[in-house]
Amino acid sequence: MRGRPHLFTSYEGEQSLLPTWTQRVMLALFLVLLVTIPLQFVPGVQFLGSDSWLLVLNRVMIYAIGALGINILTGLAGQVSLGHAFFMGIGAYTAVVLGAPASDRFWGMGLPIWIWLPAAGIVAAIVGIIVAPTAVRVRGLYLAIVTLGLVFIGEHLFRNLTFITGGAGLGRDWPELAFRFWKEEEPLIDFSSRGPWFGIEFSGAAKTYFFMLVLLILFTLWHKNLARTRIGRAFQSIRDRDIAAEVMGVADAKNKLRAFAISSFFAGVAGALLGALVGRLVPETWNLLLSVQFVAIILIGGAGTTAGTLLGSFFVVAIPRMVEDLTRMLSVQVRTDGPFAWLGDFIIADQGDFGLVSTVANGPGLSIFQTNLALYGFLIIIFLIFEPLGLFGVWIRIRNYWKGWPFSY
Amino acid sequence: MTEPLLEVDDIRLSFKGVRAIDGVSFHVDEGELFAIIGPNGAGKTSIFNTINQVYVPQEGDIRWRGESLMGKRPDHIATLGIARTFQNIELFPHMTVLDNLMLGRHTQMSAGWFAGGLWLGRAKKEELENRSKVEDIIDFLEIESWRKYPVALLPYGIQKRVELGRALAMEPKLLLLDEPVAGMNLEETEDMARFILDIREELGIAMLLVEHDMGLVMDIADRVMVLDFGQKIAEGPPAQVQRNPEVIKAYLGEDFGVVAAGDDETLEASATE
Ligand SMILES: Nc1ncnc2c1ncn2[C@@H]1O[C@H](COP(=O)(O)OP(=O)(O)O)[C@@H](O)[C@H]1O
Ligand SMILES: [Mg+2]
Repeated sequence: MRGRPHLFTSYEGEQSLLPTWTQRVMLALFLVLLVTIPLQFVPGVQFLGSDSWLLVLNRVMIYAIGALGINILTGLAGQVSLGHAFFMGIGAYTAVVLGAPASDRFWGMGLPIWIWLPAAGIVAAIVGIIVAPTAVRVRGLYLAIVTLGLVFIGEHLFRNLTFITGGAGLGRDWPELAFRFWKEEEPLIDFSSRGPWFGIEFSGAAKTYFFMLVLLILFTLWHKNLARTRIGRAFQSIRDRDIAAEVMGVADAKNKLRAFAISSFFAGVAGALLGALVGRLVPETWNLLLSVQFVAIILIGGAGTTAGTLLGSFFVVAIPRMVEDLTRMLSVQVRTDGPFAWLGDFIIADQGDFGLVSTVANGPGLSIFQTNLALYGFLIIIFLIFEPLGLFGVWIRIRNYWKGWPFSY
Repeated sequence: MTEPLLEVDDIRLSFKGVRAIDGVSFHVDEGELFAIIGPNGAGKTSIFNTINQVYVPQEGDIRWRGESLMGKRPDHIATLGIARTFQNIELFPHMTVLDNLMLGRHTQMSAGWFAGGLWLGRAKKEELENRSKVEDIIDFLEIESWRKYPVALLPYGIQKRVELGRALAMEPKLLLLDEPVAGMNLEETEDMARFILDIREELGIAMLLVEHDMGLVMDIADRVMVLDFGQKIAEGPPAQVQRNPEVIKAYLGEDFGVVAAGDDETLEASATE
C-alpha cells in the first residue's frame, strides 16, 4: 500500500462546534455578557437591562427562534415561504387553547407550559406536513404565492374562530410563562412576575429574559447541528441543485416536507411564546407583514447561517426601538436647542417645518411606524445589492480585515 | 452465464418530435469499463439520464441485475449503487468540498433530523466514520488543500475532480462518467485518466464512460459503443471499432486517429475563423 502523507486524520477535533480555543473563549465571554445583562453591571450595555429594553430583547429572542425556523426552510432548503406568520398563529392558538383557562366564551384547558409549548410546535409541524405536499410541487415565486395564500386563509380563520382566538380586534389572554406540574395554584417557577431568585430581586421582564435565553440557546444548537449533519446537507443540496441532489440519493419531496415540518415547529413555538410574552394578541397579528419581517431577518442577517439569523433578528426587532429612541432624543435636542439640534431640525418635522419624521400625531412627514417600514425596505434592498451574505458577510469581511492587519488593504 | 450488471434494452426517447435515443441496446458487466462515443447531440447524455430515470424513455427497458429500473425515482436508483458525474458540472456550489463529498455519503448514512439536530452519540459517530471515508477520497484525488472551500470558487479542473469524488463517496457499483476530461488541458486529462484507471484497479467499480476524447477512450475502455443520431452504429473492443468502416465514415471522418484534448482548441479556433 502506498504511503499517504497527506491523509487528514485529525478531523475529530475539527468536527466540534467550536474547533479553536479563541472561539470557545469568545463565545463563553459573550454568553456571560448575555446572562449578566439584566444585572446591569457590565458598563456600556447597562441600558439593555432596563425593563423596557429587556422587553425588546425578549421579543428579539422569540423572533430569533422563529427566524431559525424559516432559515431552515428558506436559507438551507431554498424554499421561499411567506407562510411563516400562519404557522406562528397555529402555534399560538394551540398554546392558548391548551394553556389558557376555559371561560363561557373561550375554549381553554388550563394545562401547564410543558404541555402547551411543545404542543404548539408539534401542531404547527403537523399542519406544515399537511400543506407541504401541495407546496412542494411548485417552486420559487410560485411557492411564495402559495404560502402567501396560507396567511390569508389563516387570517380569515383566526378572525372567525372567536371561541379560540377571541375575534377580530379583541383577541384573548394567553397563558402566562410559569412552570407548573399540573394545575396547582402556585407555580413552581414563575417567569413573568417580579420576585427574588436565589436571593436576588428580579423584575418579570428579567425572568422572562432568562427563560427565553435558555430556549434560544437550545433552538440555536438544534439548528446548528441540523445544518451540519446529514439532513442539513440534504436540504442544502436541494437548494443548490435539486436534480443532482436526487441523482445523489436525496429524496426531493420527502426532504422538502421535512424542512417544512421542522420550520413550522420553530414557528409554532415562537408564536406561542409571543402570545405568552405580550399576554394578549389580536388575530390580525399573524399577517403578511409578520411573514415579511422574517424574510427580512434572514436576508439582512445572511441566509443559511445561524449567526446571521440571530444578528438579523436583533436588527429587525430592535431597529424600531432604536428609531424611536433616536427621534425622541433628537426632538428633545430641538426643543432644548442642544448641540445636535441642527440634525433634529433636519430630520424631525414637528413644527410644520421641513423634515422626514414626525413625532406628533398627524404631523407632516412620516410617522415612526412608517419610518420603520421604509427602513426595512431600504435595508433589504441595500443588502440584496451590496452584501448578499447579509450581516454575516459584513462580519466575515471585518474579521478577515483584522486577521490580515496591518497588511489588509 | 452471469447476469450483466446493467442492461439497456431497445430504449427510445424523444422530446417533442426530436429523437434523442432511437432504439439503443447494450449491457455493462461487473467491473467492466464500457465507453460510449459519438458526436455532439448523438444522445449520450440522454442515455445517462434515462439510467437515472431523470428522463423516462417512452419505449424499452433498463434493468439493474435483472430488475427493471423503469418508473423508479432517481434517488431510489442512487441507493442501488449507481453514481454519476455530469457533463456540465453539477456540484452544489455553495457547499464546501467536504460537504459535497459528505452529501455523496447520504445514502450510506442514516441519521435523521432528530438525532442529527441533537448531535446524539449515534449521529456523531456516523459523522466521524463517514468523514474518514471522505478523507480517504480527498487524499486519493489529491484535493486536500481545497477541502474547506465552497466549490464555486474552485478552478474548473478541480471541480471535475471533486465531482468524481462525490460520486465515489457513494461507494457505487456502477459509475457513470459524462465527459470527465472535457475542457481539460493535457496534464489535467492525464491526471483524470490515472484516477479512472486507479478506480478500476483498486476498487473494481464498473464504469460507463461517455467521452469525446478518442485517445482516452481507445486507451482505457474494455468495449466501446459508437452512437450517431440516437442510434448504435458499432460496438466492440476499441481496436475493432477503430477499424470499422462505418464508424470511420460516420463519426471519425478525416480526423481518424488519436485526437488529443489539446487539438480541440485548434479545431474550434479554425471553425470560428
Ligand atoms: N431536455 C431536453 N429537451 C429537449 N431536447 C433535448 C433535451 N435533452 C436532450 N435533448 C436533445 O436530445 C439530443 C441528444 O442530446 P444529448 O443526449 O445531450 O447528446 P450528447 O450528450 O450525445 O451530446 C439532442 O438533439 C438534444 O438537443
Ligand atoms: Mg452530452
